[in-house]
Amino acid sequence: MSKVVERKPLTFLEKTYLPQIVGGLKITLQNAFRPKVTLQYPEERPPIPEGYRGVPTLVRDPNGREKCVSCQLCEFVCPPKAIRITPGEIPEESESVHVEKGPEDFEINMLRCIYCGMCQEVCPEEAIFLQDIYSVVGTTREEFVYHKQKLYELGGTLPDEHYKWDKKKAATERAAAGGHH
Amino acid sequence: MSDNGQTKMVPINIDGKDFEVPEGMNLVDACESVGVEVPHYCYHTHLSVSGNCRMCLVEMGTPMRDRATGEPIMDDETGKQKIGWMPKPAIACASKAAPGVHIKTQSELTKSCREGVMEFLLANHPLDCPICDQAGECRLQEFATDYGRGFSRYVEEKNVKPKRTVLGPRVTLDNERCILCSRCVRFCAEIDKNPVLGFTERGSHSTLTCYPGTQLDSNYSLNTVDICPVGALTSTDFRFKMRVWFLKPTKSICTESSAGVNTEVWSREGKLYRVTPRRNDEVNDSWMTDSGRMLYKMVESEARMQRFRIDGQVCTLGNAVLRARELIQLGPVAYVASGHLSVEEQAMLRKLVEKEPGSVTFVGHTKEGDGRLITNDRTPNVRGGLVTGLIKELPVAELDKLRRQLESGEIKTVVCYGEDLTKAGIPSELLKKANLVYLGTHRNATSDVARVLLPTLTVFEKTGTFINQQFRLQKFYQAVPGPAGLMPDVYILDALLAECAGGAPCRPTLEQIWQDLAAKVDILAEVKFNKIPETGLLLDGSAYAGLPFCEGSGWHFEPQRELAATSKF
Ligand code: SF4
Ligand code: SF4
Ligand code: SF4
Ligand code: FES
Repeated sequence: MSKVVERKPLTFLEKTYLPQIVGGLKITLQNAFRPKVTLQYPEERPPIPEGYRGVPTLVRDPNGREKCVSCQLCEFVCPPKAIRITPGEIPEESESVHVEKGPEDFEINMLRCIYCGMCQEVCPEEAIFLQDIYSVVGTTREEFVYHKQKLYELGGTLPDEHYKWDKKKAATERAAAGGHH
Repeated sequence: MSDNGQTKMVPINIDGKDFEVPEGMNLVDACESVGVEVPHYCYHTHLSVSGNCRMCLVEMGTPMRDRATGEPIMDDETGKQKIGWMPKPAIACASKAAPGVHIKTQSELTKSCREGVMEFLLANHPLDCPICDQAGECRLQEFATDYGRGFSRYVEEKNVKPKRTVLGPRVTLDNERCILCSRCVRFCAEIDKNPVLGFTERGSHSTLTCYPGTQLDSNYSLNTVDICPVGALTSTDFRFKMRVWFLKPTKSICTESSAGVNTEVWSREGKLYRVTPRRNDEVNDSWMTDSGRMLYKMVESEARMQRFRIDGQVCTLGNAVLRARELIQLGPVAYVASGHLSVEEQAMLRKLVEKEPGSVTFVGHTKEGDGRLITNDRTPNVRGGLVTGLIKELPVAELDKLRRQLESGEIKTVVCYGEDLTKAGIPSELLKKANLVYLGTHRNATSDVARVLLPTLTVFEKTGTFINQQFRLQKFYQAVPGPAGLMPDVYILDALLAECAGGAPCRPTLEQIWQDLAAKVDILAEVKFNKIPETGLLLDGSAYAGLPFCEGSGWHFEPQRELAATSKF
């Protein structure tokens, strides 16, 4: 059975629209005198909270050594497969030849990255960090594929707790000098 | 083995469950065959037992008997024979399956043994898994997770040893990772019969080295890398190229020679990274040659043919096939092929020959083998040509007859499948005059003068079968896609056949080709492509026993005629 919906005719006051206009003006005026919250981006920038997950970047240790050893664990764990690494051997004449392995190239496709932070979590060398960069711009797809050099530029240097490889090198030198074998 | 050649099965008891295993089988293998893992490092099925790693310790016992009378001692509670457990754990790898053996692989004692062994092995281990190529297929990683303590109590300084010792042209050693299991040493001494490896120094200073003045340079050296349970021995070619967890293994067959070595081809996203042996106890055990491992490089070679061409001009498959048909029908035609073709391709080629008759010759590629896994016949599938009926005679090295026929104008068209005719005694001036249709994967002096070029795929890019020297039919699978626009050889042959017969190409599946073969060839009557076991199917090659095949004896192979000769005495 069909139901009949009753439509009440507008009252006289409603027909004048005045109560609605007054109500609307009240809200407008209230907001006009509230303190301003809008940031004038890009001149003004928001403060980035601790633990923010921005663009993944590669970092160096305080001695300027690139920390990534191209173990490809981040490439493996990355859910949208944004990372692509070309592993390589560190040349004999390099300072860090004792590390043996480093990335020849390291690409992260920022259009694919979902900023989940898994790469940072999995990295055994503490070499990749999602820092405070949030604005990713470009006009072509290629521009969004960040290569090794750019990732290091964005990453900069972070403090290191372990100096694992430096210790390794020192131990090797001690052994070579006839110390603990 | 008992007298009738059948392996006797004996009852053994693992963790309270009864199993039947072949008598005399090593207990580590016996456990594996019934799905129980006994972790081990130094034991390898195809090497002697050295028993030095102690990882395989288990509790072991045998049914008790009265010493005086020999009567079984019964346990009154269970009504079964009492088990005399040894007071201390024993290594499973040094024991063989014998009737009634009882072992415990899950007891507290066994577990604490494993934890102890793992702790000692890891005490001086560098823990550099992030840069180690073995990570992902490392026994140390696997067993540390499954049987280790999970944390380290070792606070002293770890040993430091050389990390990039070059042992030979293809093998690099990381001494810190070596757990001194001696598998590589035993391989060199027992299998390769070239005992160059050994240990020097003592205790935790022990170091694997080559004897002074020698290096690990045999053509079987990379097998040491495969059997090294940790990342100590690494392949210089594969070093730091790709983590193994990205690589997809595909079963394949090595095309180096007619031994038909079973292999695994490792690829990622259409790129090949390495080739390793696949165990087949009837053919190559667990081994393969270093030279065979490098064959994958031909896939990316500069000389790869990528396009269909007529007189040097790029064209479509349709046009190329059309032109090929015209040339074939022009004049008396001769076909030249070889044992590089798979059985299916040989079957298709035979159909083409039946439609457009001409002589079929295989070019032989003989070169002295090594009496092991490289035979004198450097093609994988000459016997396929015989079995499919494509050829009646063995391959020849020099195509003298064809040369004379070309010179006299008796033959006008040559269909050449992957062979360089200039190397088989036909000068290229002569070929230029003939109508040459060339099918093959790579450019060579012959393809350069061909009128029609039909590029084909390499063994890594298609699926098929080969028949090795033992008449063992073995399957290989496609590991990577071929270059864009190319298709499996059988499709090209099918297109050519359809063009000649005036029908539409039917693109036969391998199953269809095999149905056809089964109907035509007696010894293949029972064979179904999908049912060919991964370890191969031994065919009855007695019909060809009289042919003077060029293979000499090698691993798992004795030439027939010599057997016949010896059996006379
Ligand atoms: S943040 Fe997540 S999605 Fe982005 S690169 Fe790292 S793992 Fe991949
Ligand atoms: S960033 Fe870390 S996880 Fe990724 S390859 Fe480098 S070392 Fe490995
Ligand atoms: S190099 Fe490998 S195979 Fe050889 S002894 Fe050491 S761990 Fe064993
Ligand atoms: S496998 Fe048994 S002792 Fe090493």
